[in-house]
Amino acid sequence: MEGYIHSTESFGTVDGPGIRFVVFFQGCPMRCLYCHNPDTWDIGSGNVRTVESILEEYESYKEFLKNGGITCTGGEPLLQIDFVTELFEKAKEREIHTCLDTSGITFNPNNSEILEKFKKLMKSTDLVMLDIKHINPTEHKKLTGHSNENILSFAEFLRDEGVDLWVRHVVVPGITDKEEYLHELGMFLGGLKNLKALDVLPYHTMGKAKYKELGIEYPLGDTPSAEKSLAFWAKDVIMQGLKDRLIKNRIQD
Amino acid sequence: MEKEFCEEWEGFVPGRWSNTSVNVRDFIQKNFTPYDGDDSFLAGPTEATKKLWSMVMDLSEKELEAGGVLDMDTKIVSTITSHGAGYLDKDLEQIVGFQTDKPFKRSLQPFGGIRMAQNACKQNGYEVDQDVVDIFTKYRKTHNQGVFDAYTPEMKLARHSAIITGLPDAYGRGRIIGDYRRVALYGIDLLIEDKQQQIDTSLVRMTSKNIRLREELAEQLRALEDLRELGKIYGYDISKPAKNAKEAIQWLYFGYLAAVKEQNGAAMSIGRTSTFLDIYIQRDLDRGIITEEQAQEYIDHFIMKLRLVKFARTPEYNSLFSGDPTWVTESIGGVSIDGVPMVTKNSFRYLHTLDNLGSAPEPNLTVLWSRKLPMNFKRYCAKMSIKSSSIQYENDDMMRATHGDDYAIACCVSSMRIGKEMQFFGARANLAKCLLYAINGGVDERLKIQVGPKYRPVEGDYLDYDDVMAKYDDMMEWLAGLYVNTLNVIHYMHDKYCYEKIQMALHDRDVKRYFATGIAGLSVVADSLSAIKYAKVKCIRDEDGIVTDYEIEGDFPKYGNNDDRVDKIAVDIVRSFMDKIRKHHTYRDGVPTMSILTITSNVVYGKKTGSTPDGRKIGVPLAPGANPMHGRDTHGAVASLSSVAKLPFRHAQDGISNTFSIIPDALGKDAQVFVGDLDIESIAKELNNDGV
Repeated sequence: MEGYIHSTESFGTVDGPGIRFVVFFQGCPMRCLYCHNPDTWDIGSGNVRTVESILEEYESYKEFLKNGGITCTGGEPLLQIDFVTELFEKAKEREIHTCLDTSGITFNPNNSEILEKFKKLMKSTDLVMLDIKHINPTEHKKLTGHSNENILSFAEFLRDEGVDLWVRHVVVPGITDKEEYLHELGMFLGGLKNLKALDVLPYHTMGKAKYKELGIEYPLGDTPSAEKSLAFWAKDVIMQGLKDRLIKNRIQD
Repeated sequence: MEKEFCEEWEGFVPGRWSNTSVNVRDFIQKNFTPYDGDDSFLAGPTEATKKLWSMVMDLSEKELEAGGVLDMDTKIVSTITSHGAGYLDKDLEQIVGFQTDKPFKRSLQPFGGIRMAQNACKQNGYEVDQDVVDIFTKYRKTHNQGVFDAYTPEMKLARHSAIITGLPDAYGRGRIIGDYRRVALYGIDLLIEDKQQQIDTSLVRMTSKNIRLREELAEQLRALEDLRELGKIYGYDISKPAKNAKEAIQWLYFGYLAAVKEQNGAAMSIGRTSTFLDIYIQRDLDRGIITEEQAQEYIDHFIMKLRLVKFARTPEYNSLFSGDPTWVTESIGGVSIDGVPMVTKNSFRYLHTLDNLGSAPEPNLTVLWSRKLPMNFKRYCAKMSIKSSSIQYENDDMMRATHGDDYAIACCVSSMRIGKEMQFFGARANLAKCLLYAINGGVDERLKIQVGPKYRPVEGDYLDYDDVMAKYDDMMEWLAGLYVNTLNVIHYMHDKYCYEKIQMALHDRDVKRYFATGIAGLSVVADSLSAIKYAKVKCIRDEDGIVTDYEIEGDFPKYGNNDDRVDKIAVDIVRSFMDKIRKHHTYRDGVPTMSILTITSNVVYGKKTGSTPDGRKIGVPLAPGANPMHGRDTHGAVASLSSVAKLPFRHAQDGISNTFSIIPDALGKDAQVFVGDLDIESIAKELNNDGV
């Protein structure tokens, strides 16, 4: 099978456990204001690659990747879910750890065809890294152009399927740093017993250069980078929310 | 060799080391205590350490203010016994000894070349005593003068145009590691007895080879007596084996100190001492006569001394090596040939000096890395690397196959069995410039003079791959021959006029000599040939028809992206040049090896190299070592490393270096923002237990 691939990276250290071979998929339906990979937005462009050629490339690095594996990210890899599924199935045949980094935007619990595809994919997926941009549906729409309804139900779907989950949240000053929303996010996460890690990232402006190169206006303008301390604080608020949810669950029990 | 078991050895497991011959490896293997725990046992700096180190920092600051040199000896020629004792603070120092009578005072070492010594003084505002100058110009010939007496005009020209660069013809060649551990384990008496036996059993048929050997052994014997004297200058009698950890470190350090008093070598490495010394420290700890704090203090003070090794050098020398390096390389860890990791607590203590004394480039702490090293040690190495950026790593799994488990690294990558193998350091040939000579028929592209043989230059506007390759092969053939012969001259003269007496005294008699060559500009050559093969490269000629620049039309595969099309070119060049080196006679039957390792001098070599067909412009630095050219490796670090890893070690046995920089954030998640290992159910349980 062939897919549209933006690029590959042989030394991924922040894209799942261990040193990982990272496949950046071309194409994304989201337009997150702070996206730092706008060069992966276009759908249907990029390099045409086969599943075999990607696994072959992986093999040439495997000495370095023993404690890592393969990560599909993008763009939005699930726009090409059939390709990802074939890649992961073949990777599992070779006992390679598979990780999917997704926004979850293409998930739809009410469409049985989509649901089947996701179920099939999850059989060969060891870990999902889910980027929850905002817990509030209205705010989420402002930030990304889409509601977060399907994304949140994707997280719950993963819980029901028993797939390990890492959740990422980017703290952008003035946009995703409100205490009540962070706490609410934590409350949501407390309901996910498959959650294995929480990654709170301070917003950075390193993506700006790419926008300039592509001739696109940078949507966040002069929004400053977030201090690391803001991320620490946000993490604590989220973790508090998570605990509050657990306590609440118990009382309900 | 004394068959009796010395009283100082009590508590050690005997073996061949104690009853038949000098055999440090056997001693280590029978006595070391592997450690697979973590770093929690380590002790911080003592008050004495802190005080001494702050004195060092003060002096360093003064040295910097003074323009890089605080004091120089201009009168006393440095020998093992030339100076009285020098101290920072005698009462606080556990390990003593400086190269001159005080710290930060650089010694005068004219045997490599009097002009170099004069220049080093002059450019730092000092003047060498006229009597000394007279002695070393009128009466005592130096290595440098010997070399230039024998050089051919072609050799001088190749040196001038920098197609052969960094030759040790005016300074000490270095890269020889004395087995300084022998001083601690055996003491001077036993070493002299052993050396005397070597002389007594040497051939007496007086060929020039045997005469030279007998003369050298006599020199070595004298050097051992001088070493005993050096101990006395500092109030120690080192005739007998060291009887405790402090003495072991001190005896060993005296051996090394004698070497740096005698030789201003380009790399004066210390060997593989940490696990050896751990045996003494462990014995003292077991006996309850020292504490962990004291053990760490000894090591801190020892490392402090190694940090203070200084040589008188010229600004040109320092610009070639980007600083004032001494390459006091210490090899740590590794695995024994039985498969046991040789990591001890002392391996941790050495790395811990980066915390206790702060980061520093010297001594060059080098971890002999193996997959089999204990996980705790690997973790600690990673932690200290991130913290200090001061640790070098080398592949033990690969080198162990050639050198066994008692080798060490000289300089940055050169591996040799300690006390059994040495090398003749040979700088490097600039293969990028050689390619330009192939294109221009031996005419130097910068100097515009004929340096290489007058072969037919390339014709036409565009470079043809097969044509250039054929010409390049011829030019490399010429370069390899000239290079090896130039080195033959240098090492002949170095042995004659600047012999490493004490270092060789701490070797076996019959050493294996590596004849080390090196290459610079590998990635430029690979990319240039790839450009010629896969894109179109147009020649730009000056008014005399010399090609001085290139225009590339189209794209081409670049070395550093794990792309076999170009990586194979790099591999072929390495193999091909090494094979050409192998064709030639080498001085003292040295075994030819090659390194790909210019860690800093690539900048200077680049300055002297014209524009190249890969698009690199005149004067731009070459990539260091076997590194891909900066910015051309676009597929991430592993792809870049994979390209380098394809280079064949058996054709570059003196080592392949790759300089790797990465910002700590790119190495992984910060624990404070990243909550890994989350387990919702156990958090829930915890909350229950807390009664929330």
